[in-house]
Amino acid sequence: MDILTLFVVIPVLTITAILFIKDIKHVRVVTAIGMGIQLIMAAVLVFMYLAARKAGASEEMLFVRDYLWFKNPNIHYAIGVDGISVAMIALTSLVVFAGIFASWEVEFLTREFFVSLILLASGVFGFFISIDLFTMFLFYELAVIPMYLLIGIWGSGPKEYSAMKLTLMLMGGSALILAGLLGIYFNSAPDGGQFTFNILEISKVTIPMSAQRLFFPLTFVGFGVLGALFPFHTWSPDGHASAPTAVSMLHAGVLMKLGGYGAFRVAIFLMPEAAVELSWIFIILTSISVVYGAFGAIVQKDLKYINAYSSVSHCGLVLFAILMMNQTALNGAVIQMISHGLMTALFFALIGMLYGRTHTRMINEMGGLMKVIPFLSVCYVIAGLASLGLPGLSGFVAEMTIFVGAFQHTDVFHRVVTIVAVSSIVITAVYILRVVAILLLGPTTDEHHEHLTDAKWFEKVSVVTLIGSVAGIGLAPYWLSTMIGASLSPLVEKIVSVNPF
Amino acid sequence: MITGIPIHYFLILATLMFFAGVYGFLTRRNLITVLMSVELILNAVNINFMAFNRYLYPHKMEGMFFSLFVIAVAASEAAVAIAIIINIYRRFSTINVEDAHEMKY
Amino acid sequence: MVNFGYTIWILILPFLMFLLLGLAGHKLKPKLSGLLGTIGLGIITALSYVTAYKYFFTSEKVDEAFQKLTAFNSVWLQLTENLHIDIGILLDPISVMMLIVVTTVSFMVHIYSIGYMHGEKGFERFFAFLSLFTFSMLGLVVATNIFQMYIFWELVGVSSYLLIGFYYTKPSAVRASKKAFIVTRFADMGFLIGILILSFNTKTFDFITLTSLSGPAITQTGGAAFMGLSVLTWSMIFVYMGGVGKSAMFPFHIWLPDAMEGPTPVSALIHAATMVVAGVYLVARMFPIYSIAAPDALEVVAYVGAFSSLLAAVIACTQTDIKRVLAYSTMSQIGYMMLALGVSGYGGHDGLGYMASMFHLFTHAMFKALLFLGAGAIIHAVHSNYMTEMGGLRKYLPITHATFLIACLTIAGVPPLSGFFSKDEILTAALHHNKLLFAVEYAVAGLTAFYMFRLYFSIFWGKERHYHHTPHEAPLTMTVPLMILAVGSVFSGFIPFSKLVTSDSRPFESHIEMAVAIPSVLIGLVGIFVAYIMYSKETAIPDKLATTFKYSYKWAYNKFYIDEVYLFVTKNIIFRYISTPIAWFDRHIVDGTMNLIALVTQLVSFRIRGFQSGQLQKYGYVFVTGAIALAIIFVYLWK
Repeated sequence: MDILTLFVVIPVLTITAILFIKDIKHVRVVTAIGMGIQLIMAAVLVFMYLAARKAGASEEMLFVRDYLWFKNPNIHYAIGVDGISVAMIALTSLVVFAGIFASWEVEFLTREFFVSLILLASGVFGFFISIDLFTMFLFYELAVIPMYLLIGIWGSGPKEYSAMKLTLMLMGGSALILAGLLGIYFNSAPDGGQFTFNILEISKVTIPMSAQRLFFPLTFVGFGVLGALFPFHTWSPDGHASAPTAVSMLHAGVLMKLGGYGAFRVAIFLMPEAAVELSWIFIILTSISVVYGAFGAIVQKDLKYINAYSSVSHCGLVLFAILMMNQTALNGAVIQMISHGLMTALFFALIGMLYGRTHTRMINEMGGLMKVIPFLSVCYVIAGLASLGLPGLSGFVAEMTIFVGAFQHTDVFHRVVTIVAVSSIVITAVYILRVVAILLLGPTTDEHHEHLTDAKWFEKVSVVTLIGSVAGIGLAPYWLSTMIGASLSPLVEKIVSVNPF
Repeated sequence: MITGIPIHYFLILATLMFFAGVYGFLTRRNLITVLMSVELILNAVNINFMAFNRYLYPHKMEGMFFSLFVIAVAASEAAVAIAIIINIYRRFSTINVEDAHEMKY
Repeated sequence: MVNFGYTIWILILPFLMFLLLGLAGHKLKPKLSGLLGTIGLGIITALSYVTAYKYFFTSEKVDEAFQKLTAFNSVWLQLTENLHIDIGILLDPISVMMLIVVTTVSFMVHIYSIGYMHGEKGFERFFAFLSLFTFSMLGLVVATNIFQMYIFWELVGVSSYLLIGFYYTKPSAVRASKKAFIVTRFADMGFLIGILILSFNTKTFDFITLTSLSGPAITQTGGAAFMGLSVLTWSMIFVYMGGVGKSAMFPFHIWLPDAMEGPTPVSALIHAATMVVAGVYLVARMFPIYSIAAPDALEVVAYVGAFSSLLAAVIACTQTDIKRVLAYSTMSQIGYMMLALGVSGYGGHDGLGYMASMFHLFTHAMFKALLFLGAGAIIHAVHSNYMTEMGGLRKYLPITHATFLIACLTIAGVPPLSGFFSKDEILTAALHHNKLLFAVEYAVAGLTAFYMFRLYFSIFWGKERHYHHTPHEAPLTMTVPLMILAVGSVFSGFIPFSKLVTSDSRPFESHIEMAVAIPSVLIGLVGIFVAYIMYSKETAIPDKLATTFKYSYKWAYNKFYIDEVYLFVTKNIIFRYISTPIAWFDRHIVDGTMNLIALVTQLVSFRIRGFQSGQLQKYGYVFVTGAIALAIIFVYLWK
């Protein structure tokens, strides 16, 4: 069995193991082991990928496997990875691993909780390894559905409302994506011959322009809904606020990246002509996202809302960079996806831990926590600094790559929107420091909070894993950036052939 | 073998029975009567089967067999239906169709 | 060729120290961690001195000029084909000079802090942050490219944030740290935009390429113009915006006085001697571009510097918090340095302003650190920041008194102390360039002498106050750095800067112009004399003056209400008129639209759910009618 399929099989095996365990306390141990193996596998995959590239493998995708699944329509189980998907897989396994430890103390329906969580994870892994559009879509749906259960059952606050809203909006997005995918399928052989869902094969043909004009917006908006594209982002604050910790982590950390990844791999990669023509509309929307999310975060009181709006801003930057469509900006987009995935997961993990102690997420009901729970507070500050783009942590690398990339366009329009996007770094600093000041610094405001306990061992595992990765990328970004950059060249060549700006 | 009775006699009888059954099904409030109306409809169909079989394909038996099937199905249907009616009666203390309207929205 | 490969340890050591103290500091004994930090810094200081000696006296010169040496360089992040961010070490006269300044002051502050911070909670955290700051500042000064500078620029910003907010349970400290970070961050946005424009047009980040006379920045000065200035000029103005923020020039100066909420050694290190001069250093680093290719931008530098120095000097005369007076004095002195750069030309004796600016940076670092550390010793003894609660302290604090007096004389420009020399060079450069700027700076020199001696006389002379306990001299760990810095303040004026640090790295002859020196000394003495009359004894003159010039006094005392303007902008405009409406808009309009769609769907479904009545016979009617209708359609209409 090839290594990529293992990424889907291991979660399924873990689920099976969980279902057969009698003692409910062992469930989380088994889950942790399963996902630990997954993490090791991801590391192995990274090394295998680098080794293969070093040995001179020059194909676009490596470890390609292709099994026919349905003859008509021509659906395959086709898998393969390039540097971008490898990076995203590594990100996913890190976040899932940290998420398991962050939800160590789920008491209610433990077994079912972990089963849904892993199901979600396997959907995400499947999405990243697929190079067949239909299989990709299938895994995408597999990732979205458990989300409804996870929020609806284990959530807090108006959980049914939020879960319903999130699912319906994402399903709306899926409908657009499905329409787009079918559109691509039926235009995948303009010169006659067998239609195909295979991304690599479609990328070799040019889809007729009339079809592109219709299907590019469909796919881009469809994936954009998941990537919190303004004005389709409103599921994000409610959904995140109601979701349990691990789900928020996975959702903001990984699932929102499916949007960016899909928009880039499907919408732009397959339909670059329409992308060049129509990008200005979406560039305006995304630059609104960037600034608007940041301003929205300034006045929020609920920690999760703050973070959700901050995610809107940061994910807006991902889509913004994707639309800039040059090597540097796309590179920055992928790094930003990874960086945001890690740091927002860190944020949600910490918020969950704070909530578990203080039973509130309202910043005005807390204060001066630094003195009481220094470990968690310091980690929160680090997460905040990563989010506002401090050098040495991952956010800086991503943002600078994006800004420099976006600035390579010479026309006034791109210049202006880039400067608008740059201004977000100041607004981000405002809301991050505001939260840190109110929440952690100053005297302790609530006497009930004076005897809180600091992080337990499993919480430390979760947080340290994430901080380690954030700092690792921030301190030595060269390898990651080069690995991603090399995988971007086919796409960039394709775009340059369309529009040599 | 009956000869001389033209087929439309049978058909008129079956139609009358059928619509009598439909009328009963739609207007009666008592579930038992509704069930009886359904039986009436089924039997109207049976008559049609028999008549057509006899007049169109006198040497074949498919129409007869089909009638037998319908009778068997009708019997089992009656059994199930009466069981349901008894349960409805136990639950609502009535067998009026209009009172059994829980399955909506 | 001298090998400078070891200089990389100047960067690595403080970073390791930061990791060690930050991660394991709470497990060590406080004293041990303080000692470790200090020893580490001692090693770095020694390395820097060795480097400076080797660079200035043994390295090869080409055509009399000191060469720019890249001691270490490694690609950190590849952005485009041409643009890559490197991390490296660039040695040239100004970076080597800054190495000396940063490590010396930092070392003194480390020693001083062992005494000053003794027994504080978070002692090891303090030293970890100091190491982080030293690392960032050293990384900034040795940057080989503008993006490396930006990286460390942000890092010094955050270490400053952490250190200002060191007493994190004190709300005023928290506010001050937040303000400092956000204000400088806003300025840094300008810096970043400047870098983007500059790098796009020149296709490089590298300082050596950028500042070389045949480099793309200087030779391709043309390009599109925007609002009458070339693109390059705009980029340099944006870059300078970063410098304005970090160096607390008008209009971004508001964070500096509040930053005094941090522990006093921090104020000495960061907000007096090193970090705040980063803006000056930035302009000096890019000086060839400013001077040759973007003279308009350099003009901006000069006027901003002059205005800030005047504004700060006026405000300083009215403040009563010692540290705030010193903060405004710092701002005023940095204004001097900016002005000196602004009036300088490139090369030879024309570059007098450049040399003077660097010279003043050097001497200022010594005497201002001394002043702050002295103020720390005073605060340590009296437990108050307000000079209205002090007086007659010279009996109790003899060493502090002596060193403080030396520092005050130095800043007032009394010969032969170091301040005299550097200030004199600046005034000379200004006189030759622009008479107006010279007049402003001449007035500021008088004001400086006045407010410094106002401070001195109110603290050490005047009436003795009621103290909670008898003030006593600080421990040896605190007084020794004071004495060392005092020696530095006295003698650093004799360093031949015009031979070492010049705009084109070639030595030139400079001499004291009596026509400038004598009036400037005189106005300094006048300032001291006025302060003596007003403050050496309890008199009614200050109050009387304050009431006579009521309005102007009130304006100056309230810092010309600039803080209030900022507060208005942030509180009212950003919070009330931008963020709140956006949050409302998002919840009610954008989200409302989504909810509206859901609501409409629900309403429609409520309407049509009547069909599903649960009435069996109604279904039957529909079914039968439908069947009959279909039958009719199929039999009669469907031909």
